[in-house]
Amino acid sequence: MSYESTLPGPSAAALVDAPGLPRLLAGIPSRGALGLSEHLALHGELPAVEGRGRARRGAASGLIEEVERAGLLGRGGAGFPTAAKLRAVAGASRSVLGGGRPVVVVNGAEGEPASAKDRTLLRSLPHLVLDGAVLAAAAVGAQEVLLGVCWPDGGCEPKASVSPLRSSPSALDAVARALEERGGGVLVGGVHFQLCPVPNRYVAGHESALVNHLSGGPALPTFTPPRPFERGVRGRPTLVCNVETLAHLALVARYGASWFRELGTPEQPGSALVTLAGPVAQPGVYEIEHGSPLSALLDAADGLTAQPRAMLLGGYSGTWIDGSLLREVALSDRHLSPFGASLGAGVVVVLSDAACPVAELARLTRWLASQSARQCGPCVFGLDAIASTFEQLAGGAGAGGRNLTERLHTLARLVSGRGACSHPDGAARLVASALDVFAQELAAHARHGPCAACARPSELPRPRASRPTTVAPA
Amino acid sequence: MTHRLRVNPIACEAHGMCHELLPERISLDEWGYPILDGAPLDPALLAHARRAAAACPTLALVVERRSGELDRPVNARRP
Repeated sequence: MSYESTLPGPSAAALVDAPGLPRLLAGIPSRGALGLSEHLALHGELPAVEGRGRARRGAASGLIEEVERAGLLGRGGAGFPTAAKLRAVAGASRSVLGGGRPVVVVNGAEGEPASAKDRTLLRSLPHLVLDGAVLAAAAVGAQEVLLGVCWPDGGCEPKASVSPLRSSPSALDAVARALEERGGGVLVGGVHFQLCPVPNRYVAGHESALVNHLSGGPALPTFTPPRPFERGVRGRPTLVCNVETLAHLALVARYGASWFRELGTPEQPGSALVTLAGPVAQPGVYEIEHGSPLSALLDAADGLTAQPRAMLLGGYSGTWIDGSLLREVALSDRHLSPFGASLGAGVVVVLSDAACPVAELARLTRWLASQSARQCGPCVFGLDAIASTFEQLAGGAGAGGRNLTERLHTLARLVSGRGACSHPDGAARLVASALDVFAQELAAHARHGPCAACARPSELPRPRASRPTTVAPA
Repeated sequence: MTHRLRVNPIACEAHGMCHELLPERISLDEWGYPILDGAPLDPALLAHARRAAAACPTLALVVERRSGELDRPVNARRP
């Protein structure tokens, strides 16, 4: 069973009931996508941002300053300041060595299996994302926007087969339809939009992999530097922005920085989309205020349906924290950092106490190993060794159990920071936190072998079937 | 000027030459891939580091002057 089918559609996107919310999810339709006219009726026309050519230090740099004042951070997981990114791309195209007109890439790959927020935005509120892309293009002086959107079924079909009239609703269809509403690709200020399906694999959303794919190569990470802002798609300075980041940008441009800062923490202003999964009554995508308690999110989802054993925060490359902290943690990086966690791409997965964490970890790390791009030795061999060790532990290792958990500590340290992308680092983070949170279960399995819960079906959202190790160029 | 070693993990094929030529700064993991600590190079080791970079069969090892900036080629004449 693929997770896509069990994942609630956009109709399940709900809100934590709080003053000032919803922002991004305002006007989200229960079915289909919000059309252009309804979108404009809700948010108003896009404020004019002069292109770089006409007003070098005028309205365009004004937008960058507004984004800086707003303190908008990227929502793809890394949390990089968006204004700094915009400025770097605008600057790279102006520099003596500049590679010409910049390109804007909308990162809608969403390779994280537990996340559905980007797909929700693209499926239901595509115009908000397109607005953000138009603004970003104007701010950096780009005339070309490439929309990297993942295939819904894990497929890797050729671009030519994108049909806006396919019966099953997908992010690709919704975006294609939204582009048609706006006049079929050429939009405000002469910005040209192109829809580019991205293979559905974990590392395809890494910005260097996406840039590589959009330049005609495989969707695999490359060695950086040069970073995309220096030399990206076809050698041009490239702005790669997450879908949710651009949606926030569209609101900041309309309502201003001080409005944006009315919600959230000083370090992480604004609201955020969170995908909640696990034993909760209403799993799905929620809009929260940064810093709101995790318990409020669970209440908005009509509560838990089982006793929580632990929570996985940030995604499959995130951090486990103990279930006893459920009433204590708040959803912002400042609140989560004492537990070594961060909100990452906005994923909260609850694991019930009925599940066997060791069996879950064995499956999860095996999947992470399968998602390696198989380019960097420490990732290829290290993640496989981690998965094998968990599998050994889950199967009962006898007297060697203690050595196995020590080996996992060693392996997590060994793979961290040694790949071209951050995939091994994420796996290391997951393993290190799991060793801490599930120490008891790991020790028990090592001594006594598999438990009764080992045979239970996986409770974590099942990643889509792993892709073959190489992906054909676009 | 501080120099640092960096390895391109995509290009690296675990030949292990770098460890042979610069064991002071490069160790190998259990699969034969180099482990670098990222600290600045001692000037006394710079010549050895450049030799190790030049000897890498896949040119995966690089000596960087600053982050992202390549050192001059090994055989380039001093200015």
